[in-house]
Amino acid sequence: MITVAGPTAQSELDPLSETSKEQLLEIAMGPQHPSTHGVFRMNVVLDGEHVVRLKPVFGYLHRNHEKIAESETYLGSMPYTDRLDYMCPITNNWAYALAVEKLAGIQVPERAEYLRVIVGELTRLQNHACLIGFLMQDMGASGTPLMYAFREREKILDLFESLTGARMMCNYMRFGGCRADLPAGWLDRAKIVVAGFPGFLDEYEQLLVGNEILMDRTQEVGVLSRQLAVSAGISGPMARASGVDYDIRKVDHYSIYDRFAFRVPLGSHGDVYDRFMVRLLEMRESVGILEQAMRDIPAGPIVDPKTKIRGFRPKPGEAYGRIESPKGELGFYLISDGSPNPYRYRVRPPSLINLTVLEDLCVGRNVADVVAILGSIDIVLGEVDR
Amino acid sequence: MNLEAIESEIEANVPGCRLVLIANPSPSGQHSLLLDAGHAMAVAIYLRDAASLRFDFCSNVTGIDWPAKELSEKVKVKKLVDGVEQEVEEVRKTTTPGSLEVVYHLFSIEKKLGPLVLRMSTGDRDANVHLPSLTPVWRSAELQEREIFDLFGVVFDGHPDLRRLLMWDEFQDHPMRRDYVDPDDYEYEPTAHDEVLRRANQHLSEGGGR
Amino acid sequence: MVDEKLKNELSKQGIFTTTLEQLYNWGRSSSLWPLNFGLACCAIEMIATTMARYDMARFGAEVFRPSPRQADLMIVAGTVTKKMAPQVVRLYNQMPEPKYVISMGACAISGGPFKQGYNVLKGIDRYIPVDLYIPGCPPRPEALLDAFMELQKRIDRQQLTGANRPRHLNADEPSEFPVPRFGAHDLEPANNPNVWKAPLVQISQTGTDESGSH
Repeated sequence: MITVAGPTAQSELDPLSETSKEQLLEIAMGPQHPSTHGVFRMNVVLDGEHVVRLKPVFGYLHRNHEKIAESETYLGSMPYTDRLDYMCPITNNWAYALAVEKLAGIQVPERAEYLRVIVGELTRLQNHACLIGFLMQDMGASGTPLMYAFREREKILDLFESLTGARMMCNYMRFGGCRADLPAGWLDRAKIVVAGFPGFLDEYEQLLVGNEILMDRTQEVGVLSRQLAVSAGISGPMARASGVDYDIRKVDHYSIYDRFAFRVPLGSHGDVYDRFMVRLLEMRESVGILEQAMRDIPAGPIVDPKTKIRGFRPKPGEAYGRIESPKGELGFYLISDGSPNPYRYRVRPPSLINLTVLEDLCVGRNVADVVAILGSIDIVLGEVDR
Repeated sequence: MNLEAIESEIEANVPGCRLVLIANPSPSGQHSLLLDAGHAMAVAIYLRDAASLRFDFCSNVTGIDWPAKELSEKVKVKKLVDGVEQEVEEVRKTTTPGSLEVVYHLFSIEKKLGPLVLRMSTGDRDANVHLPSLTPVWRSAELQEREIFDLFGVVFDGHPDLRRLLMWDEFQDHPMRRDYVDPDDYEYEPTAHDEVLRRANQHLSEGGGR
Repeated sequence: MVDEKLKNELSKQGIFTTTLEQLYNWGRSSSLWPLNFGLACCAIEMIATTMARYDMARFGAEVFRPSPRQADLMIVAGTVTKKMAPQVVRLYNQMPEPKYVISMGACAISGGPFKQGYNVLKGIDRYIPVDLYIPGCPPRPEALLDAFMELQKRIDRQQLTGANRPRHLNADEPSEFPVPRFGAHDLEPANNPNVWKAPLVQISQTGTDESGSH
């Protein structure tokens, strides 16, 4: 078996040299492909089964979110943020609300912070569960882990629907708090869902963690070194699986995460298996945060009463606000010129930046590994292309 | 994180660089440093490698379009009117040339510092749009600089693979610029007004419907 | 057509009668295989529809085929961007007849919330004929199931001969549509005039603006 490790060995298989040209096969994986997590295209040059070169092609879902935001008011862009990373709409709202609150100096009341943490961590739970389900499906587990994940996701979506009115696309955050308060009995129902989650995780772990096929296909596959992860701006569970101890909830002390006791799982190998395990362990930590938050939530207003809703014009200036979204560091950079519309609205997309190293991870591996590696990076095309 | 201290440290260690501290009037307090294009690479390498700073994580690279602004101001000028010197009001127009700006947000993983905001500006928006690429320093700038090239038109010298990211290769314009005009398209709206109504009138006068 | 009472009598004896049309339509409507084609957020609701809670498999859409050659239904779920539009049309061309298109979600119908975008195609019906539109952003899984059942009913009502016969039995109707090319500023052509006619904004004589469709 040929193992080509890294770009230095590519010169032997230089696709431009005449002798090897006939042996190389260039294929396009995507944009319509069962395993590319959306409309994503990879131009892969293969030598038999081994990847020689991989160039991703983006832009198939480029919906001009940033340009549209320049003609919308600040609040008018909030529903568009839902559609960025469409698996986790609420955390997108949160990142945007945080950035605007930094820009305009708005304070958020206690109860609203607790509500934000509760729905944010519920979002993280369903995102990680579905991601593991999709990764398994891409590797051939034909939908069974995905079915279990979607079963839990449906329970969480029911909670979102009774709180915000929508299953996805919740549009829940406002500048200075949240849009709606908890209806009667919501907290009890949420406690039941969260109490049942460790049982689901045990079931998941039993099916997957010791599974020989999974271990064979994911251990030592797509190894990302710590140094490359930091240099390439990788964030989120993908960076933590490579040993980078950086969780924005702990570093930036945003919202009220300082009040909750939770650990940050770190991987040591940086392979696909580590990324998968980090997400499983993060789900358990999220369950812990949820239990603490739901126990301690105080009464009070859910939005800062001093914030203007109509005619909201932040002072000229700029701000960069970021949160630890389930995919990584989701940041919003806003420039205000004193008008109701932002002058420049920029989304820092974790999925796009995590894809910087896709070629590095895939070169030398089999085509089948490309699918596993792409699945472990956790991309959502709405965020990659915006 | 004290920006003045960082500024003086950089000026002490990177000879010849010209930094300007740009204050940020908003409550976020995120002030930025304006770099000159000639020394940007040296400053970036220093920021990444200096033991006291270690800004090894480039989180966000943004492009901004500042179109040319025409300011007209009324100036009192002494002029000869009918042989008598009088003070006359004259309207003077000054044009500030537009520019394209690139903003980098840096963090330090080790020291848990950040965000440090760096800015670079091009000379104008047409001919002088070259800036040094910081991809050799921080790999995370690779795709983001490609996007700025695609949507704004800034050419990054030293970028390993500068081509369009989001739009197709045959596309000619730079859509995020403020003066970009959408291709003409029929729009249906139940209550047409402003731009849509204007275009509908135009289509009607040009040749009616289909 | 067979008399209903006679049909009932015969069926009690174990003899089932039907027409070729009914049998043909029943076979096709009960086994519509969708193409595995999700573009954006609506795709997640489409996936949720295939999962255990809303289960589309019981309606016959058991397998989502990854290859267009094996599918007969294309559910365009999500925003079609101008960069993606040629691929969508190409995929549609590769599907064998009889084929159907469901436009799921506001973006696939008309561009949706992203209508002002320079890269957003204002509706997939500009290039390919669409059979059903599902409004919503995203539409609930129940809405997708409703649309699916509506499509099944339509197929059941199709007549195989005569002027109203479906497209695939009519030699004059095209089953492949021209693929747009990437131009310097936009797709070329911007739409397919045989498939889509622009609705007009009408301005009345008195100068007050009124709008109406063609």
